[in-house]
Amino acid sequence: MLGALAAIPVLIAIAVRVTSGSSSGRGPAFLDQITQNGLFVALTAMVVSTPLFLPLTVGVVAGDTISGEASHGTLRYLLAAPAGRVRLLVVKFVGAAVFCLSAAGSVVLAGILIGAILFPVGPVTLLSGDTVGPVESIGRLALVASYVAVSLLGLSAIGLFISTLTDVPVGAMAATVVLAVTAQVLGALPQLDWLHPWLFTNYWLGFADLLRQPIAWDSFGSNAVLQLGYIVVFGALAYSRFTTKDVLS
Amino acid sequence: MTAALAAAFAVETRGLTKRFGAHAAVDDVHLAVPRGSVFGFLGPNGSGKTTTIRMLLGLASATAGEIRVLGRDMPHELNTVLPQVGALVEGPAFYPFLSGAANLHRLDTANRYAPGSTRNTRVRDALARVGLGHAEHKKVHAYSLGMKQRLGLANALLSPRELLVLDEPTNGLDPQGTREVRHLVRSLAADGATVFVSSHLLSEIEQICTHVGVMSAGRLVSQGTLDELRSTSDRRVRVVTPDPEAATRVLSGLGMQPVAFSESDLRPGDVESGVTAGLTDSVAPEEVVAALVTAGVRVRGFELVSSTLEERFVELTGEGFDVVQ
Repeated sequence: MLGALAAIPVLIAIAVRVTSGSSSGRGPAFLDQITQNGLFVALTAMVVSTPLFLPLTVGVVAGDTISGEASHGTLRYLLAAPAGRVRLLVVKFVGAAVFCLSAAGSVVLAGILIGAILFPVGPVTLLSGDTVGPVESIGRLALVASYVAVSLLGLSAIGLFISTLTDVPVGAMAATVVLAVTAQVLGALPQLDWLHPWLFTNYWLGFADLLRQPIAWDSFGSNAVLQLGYIVVFGALAYSRFTTKDVLS
Repeated sequence: MTAALAAAFAVETRGLTKRFGAHAAVDDVHLAVPRGSVFGFLGPNGSGKTTTIRMLLGLASATAGEIRVLGRDMPHELNTVLPQVGALVEGPAFYPFLSGAANLHRLDTANRYAPGSTRNTRVRDALARVGLGHAEHKKVHAYSLGMKQRLGLANALLSPRELLVLDEPTNGLDPQGTREVRHLVRSLAADGATVFVSSHLLSEIEQICTHVGVMSAGRLVSQGTLDELRSTSDRRVRVVTPDPEAATRVLSGLGMQPVAFSESDLRPGDVESGVTAGLTDSVAPEEVVAALVTAGVRVRGFELVSSTLEERFVELTGEGFDVVQ
C-alpha cells in the first residue's frame, strides 16, 4: 500500500512532464508550479491524496486491526497467549499510527525524489510571499507530512473501534472509509457550519498554514486537539467494547 | 477445605452457564478436573464443549457461575493463569504468509511473560517435539491440515505448562500423527502436567485418558474416572457353546438371567450358538466357568463383556445424528 501511495506523486510528475507547457491554471492546487520547481510535486500529491487515497489506506489498515485477527482465528491464540486485551488494543493503535506516518511520509518522499529527478529544484516562494531555500522547503514538506499523519489519527481510532465490532475485516474497512468520505461531504455543506469544527476531517487540508512565514501553528494545534479528542472518545469505545467482547471467532 | 479442594483440581467450575439469547449453550456445569489427570471432555457436536473451553480460557465471559483454573479465579486472574496454560482451541489458526517458526515467534512475543532470551530455543524445541523441524521455514499456507494441527500443538508447548487444553488435537492427523499425539499427551502427563482433551473420537479418549466428562445439550451428564464411567454400566458374560439349553440351565441355577444368542449376537466365526447373561455381584466370572464345566457343558468360548465407552456414550447422550438443541 505504501508503494501504491508513492506511485501517486510519480504519476502526477510524469503526467505533468509529458504534457508540460500547457499551464492552464486548472487542476489541483500547486499543479502548475511543478514545472518551475520539482518540490511542488510532493505538495500537489499531498493535496490530491489527502481526501481519498490516504483515508482509504488508513481505513484498510485500521479496519483490519482486530477484525483481521478475528477472521484469521489468530485473535483467540493472541488472547490465550496471553497478550492482554488492553495491550493488544494499544499495540494495534500504535501500529496504525505508524502506518499513518509512513503513508504520509512516503507520499512526500516519493514526491521530492521524482520532482528532483524530472524538474529543476530551487528556492520556494511561500504563500506569504517570502522565499525559502530548498533545504528549508524540504523541512516544510516534512512538517506537512506530519500534519497529515496527525490528521489521520482520529480516523485510525474510529477504524480501530469499528474493527472491534465485527469479525469481517472488509466490513470494518469499508465502514471506516465511508465515514471518512461522509465527514468530508458534510464538511462541504455550508448549511452544517455548526457541525464543521467537530468533524475529524475539518482541518485535513489545513496544512497550507505551514507554508507561511512565520509558520501559522494555529491549524496544526486545533487539528492536533481535535484528533486527540477523537482518539480519546473512540479509544474508550474500543476499550469498553473489546475488553468485554466474547471472542467466538 | 475449599483451599485444599481448589489446589487439588486443575480446572473447577461451579454452576457454569453461558446463554446466547434464550438458548443455554452451557447449562449449570460443575467440572472437576484433578491435577495430573488426562481428562477427556466428550460430547456430540454442539453440546457446548468448545464454549466451555472458551470460558475456561477467558475468551468468552460466563453468564453465571464460577471458574477456577489452576486454583485461581478466571477471568479475574487471567494474566497469572494463562501463561501456565497451553491451548489449542477449535483448530489451529496462523498467518498464512508467515513461516511456521515466524508464527510461533509472533505468538510467543504476544505472551508478555515469556522470556525473549530463550525464544529461539523454545520455538525450535516445540517444532521438533511435534515433528515439524524440517518445515519450520516453510510458509504456513503451504502446510497440510495435519501440519497446521501440529503447529497448533507446538504453540501450546512453547512454554512449560501446568495445564494443556487441547480441543480435538488429532483432527486431520494421519495414523502416525495420531499415535504421536497420544505419545505426546502421555509424556506431558508423565511430566506432571494436566491435560484437558476434548474430542469425539472415543477410542482416542479411551486410550489416553484417566478421567472423562461427558457433555450433552449443554449439560455435564457424567464425570469421573474412565473406570467409574464404564463400571456404572453392567458387565455381561458371553458363552459360546453348542449346548445352549444346558448352559441356560446352569446360568439360571447361579441366579442369572441367561438369554440365547440372537442374530445380532453372532460374530463372524461363531458357527455355534450361545448365551449371554448379566453378571451379578455375587458370582465371580471364574465360578461361572467352573459351574459350566462341572455340568458337562461344552464351552467353545467365554468372554467377559463390559460395555464400551461408545455404548456408554450413546447411552448418555442419546442416539441419532441430529444436533441436540
